[in-house]
Amino acid sequence: MASRGIRDRVAIVGMGCTPFAEHWDKGIDELLIDAAKETWASAGVDRNDIDAYWFGTAQSAMSGIAVARPLRLLNKPVTRVENYCATGSEALRQACYAVACGAYDSAMAIGVEKVKDGGYQGLNAFPIPSDGTQRTLTAAAMFSMVIPAYAKKYGIDEDRIRTVAARIASKNHANGAKNPKAQFRKEMSVDAICAMPAVAGRLGVFDCAGVADGAAAAIVVRAEDAHHYTDKPLYVKALSFVAGNGEGLSDPSYDYTTFPECVETARDAYAQAGITDPLRELAMAEVHDCFTPTELVLMEDLGFVERGMAWKACEDGLFDRDGILPVNPDGGLKSFGHPTGASGLRMMYEAWLQLRGEAPPERAIATASRGLALTHNLGGYPGEMVSFVSILGNALG
Amino acid sequence: MRGILSIGTYLPHYRLDLAQVSAFLGSGGRKGFRTVASYDEDTTTMGFEAARRCLRGSTVSPEQLIFSTVTPAYVDRTNATAIFAALGLPRSVVAYDTNGSVRSLSGAFGSALHGTRTALVIGADIRSGSPTGVDESAGGDGASAALIGSDSDGPLLAEHVATASCTDEFVDRWRTPGDTRSKLWEERFGEVKYLENATSAWTDLLRIANVSADQITVAVSGLHSRAVRAVGGRLKAAHTIDDHSTKIGTGGAAQPLLLLNDLIHNAQTNELIALMVLSDGAEVHLFRRTSLQVSPQIPTVAAQVATGSPVSYGKFLSWRGVLPVEPPRRPEPARASSSASDRNEAWKFGFVAGRDSNDGTITMPPAQMGASGEPLETRPMAEVLGTVATYTIDRLAYSPSPPIVFAVVDFDGGGRLPIELADTSPDEVRVGDRVEMTFRKLGTADGIHNYFWKARPIRNAEGNA
Repeated sequence: MASRGIRDRVAIVGMGCTPFAEHWDKGIDELLIDAAKETWASAGVDRNDIDAYWFGTAQSAMSGIAVARPLRLLNKPVTRVENYCATGSEALRQACYAVACGAYDSAMAIGVEKVKDGGYQGLNAFPIPSDGTQRTLTAAAMFSMVIPAYAKKYGIDEDRIRTVAARIASKNHANGAKNPKAQFRKEMSVDAICAMPAVAGRLGVFDCAGVADGAAAAIVVRAEDAHHYTDKPLYVKALSFVAGNGEGLSDPSYDYTTFPECVETARDAYAQAGITDPLRELAMAEVHDCFTPTELVLMEDLGFVERGMAWKACEDGLFDRDGILPVNPDGGLKSFGHPTGASGLRMMYEAWLQLRGEAPPERAIATASRGLALTHNLGGYPGEMVSFVSILGNALG
Repeated sequence: MRGILSIGTYLPHYRLDLAQVSAFLGSGGRKGFRTVASYDEDTTTMGFEAARRCLRGSTVSPEQLIFSTVTPAYVDRTNATAIFAALGLPRSVVAYDTNGSVRSLSGAFGSALHGTRTALVIGADIRSGSPTGVDESAGGDGASAALIGSDSDGPLLAEHVATASCTDEFVDRWRTPGDTRSKLWEERFGEVKYLENATSAWTDLLRIANVSADQITVAVSGLHSRAVRAVGGRLKAAHTIDDHSTKIGTGGAAQPLLLLNDLIHNAQTNELIALMVLSDGAEVHLFRRTSLQVSPQIPTVAAQVATGSPVSYGKFLSWRGVLPVEPPRRPEPARASSSASDRNEAWKFGFVAGRDSNDGTITMPPAQMGASGEPLETRPMAEVLGTVATYTIDRLAYSPSPPIVFAVVDFDGGGRLPIELADTSPDEVRVGDRVEMTFRKLGTADGIHNYFWKARPIRNAEGNA
């Protein structure tokens, strides 16, 4: 029993990402076509060159037909995958394994979400018939419990942690303001974020990820074939995934200051990639900042800083775009927006731009030469979540 | 000898100051207060709360459960079965409704007293009416339950001496099916009729029991407040007890057993106590109090009357559906699946968790398989108290009365469940608060009521455990 990984066996050779926005004029067909065309062009291929497709959408469509039809694919295997908000990452993970095992020479992972046709705020789960006893709480409320728990555990004033959370949002807004594809392109001060109307617990509207429509895609091939497509492939160093068993919800020792599923996926991914000091070895990290306290806790769960130190590291700007380890340089879920099926691929798209030196100068990170990027994508909430971590690198070995 | 084995009452937490009615609408209301069922309560949930309290006072198990209300949560199906399921009673127990009027409760109670099986008789009501109207101000919400059996089943609190009835057909109040409020005939007619009925039943009772009126302490229950006062004055009983109506209102089908509870609680050994119920005639039940003490596990009526939190008139109107407020812009929950609810009845209604006998881990909802692969044993949690480990306020989630106050509750002796809190407000809840479990209606979708449990703060004044 082992998680052996597929380090350096598969490479990403093309990527595309639509702007994440309220696309009132686009349905999933248009979004999928936009993302696919950009991705095919990026790898210099057309639809027929791709042997198989993995399609991620949480609840905007069902079955592979939803991709085969708009993309006019003929006799192609298209697999629809779903894993909460980590759906986009899961699509890539499956595509990578299919290529790594030799079943296909090339595969595309494509993710989409059309959330703005629902008519409600926030994300809403598709109702599955049940006995009616499940929690009806929003994810915002579940994640809001992190702030008082974290403040209490480390003996820090709750107001100070609340301000740290706002600083995380402010940082991500500052990054997103420089990103033409981001949903929110306005810088936001800590004070303005703190003054927003309350949504849940201490969290205000601007502590929550943007809810947007969008699509993103990646083409993967065997590493030895990568240079047929691009001079600057991104090699897949690690892919790790854990579906939590929900024990955190019923375990009295769980204290809402850590996400064990994320700790395990990070540990596994670092082992696959041979990383021992992520803070200094990684060039950047795209993490799942669905709510501001989530990013706070992830800085510890992903091993960037010691337990109880993330709040200080955030205060000190360690994860700012010009910090020791830039986190969410594209604006993150907070500012780029969060179409669930696409977000995991959007994170990789930023790694694709930054590690290939293609990020626009105003957003380019100074640490790119380290050559390794982490993406972290989760779904669910504290106590019961799925977590995904990838490590991508711009060189073999 | 038949009689009362145990008796319990449930008054909802909220109180409406009836001076608010006039302040809000320019007329109506009265001096005093009434009880208000919260938005997540109905006659079934309150009936259960009264029943569980009643059963705490006796080791005798009912063979029969009879639920009576004027305002049933469902028609064309039984409401007593939800109470039966929440109590976790065995399938052989007969559970049914006798609905329609306060008289149904009195009749069911009388039948149980004259029957042979141990019977749990539950009366619950939500009393409302048109804004500013008499019923709105006179009414009160709540539930009360009595366990009836013989002294061979267990020790009796009160021995049944006699019952006398006077049945009469006259229309003093009425409501056609589907109407949300009752209409009332002019008051004097009903007052005269009820005086005749009560006098007739009372005379019969004294004759049957061979006692005199001045030996009896009486409680008079009825929706016609003038008639109740007039009858109380006419009976020439030793004492007529206060019906608490200025503080909690008049509880309809909940009131007779609430008053009997109060009678039993306050009576001396061997004292004769009588419950007179005025509804489409009159019926009077006479008991002799025994020396058995009422269980301290059961909150008294007086303790519950003396407590509660205020609710605004606007909120009262919105809870009763008179003034619907803007819901959160979130999808309404889907209807609960009947078959899934049936499969999970022990959890959904009985709040029975699973316990892994290997490591003692408690899972809620109960896991189908323990960590070792073995089936779990059952662990009833409804009577287990807990502590708020952490909490949050959800202002976005759908609720019939937002915002949702939500807590992670750690149960005494093990087990944790993130669960909604009832009968509290965002500024009231604190980490470390002690909570008890309460059976509530989470919502209604497609006409299906979604019953499940919430936690509520323990307030010692209400006599919680």
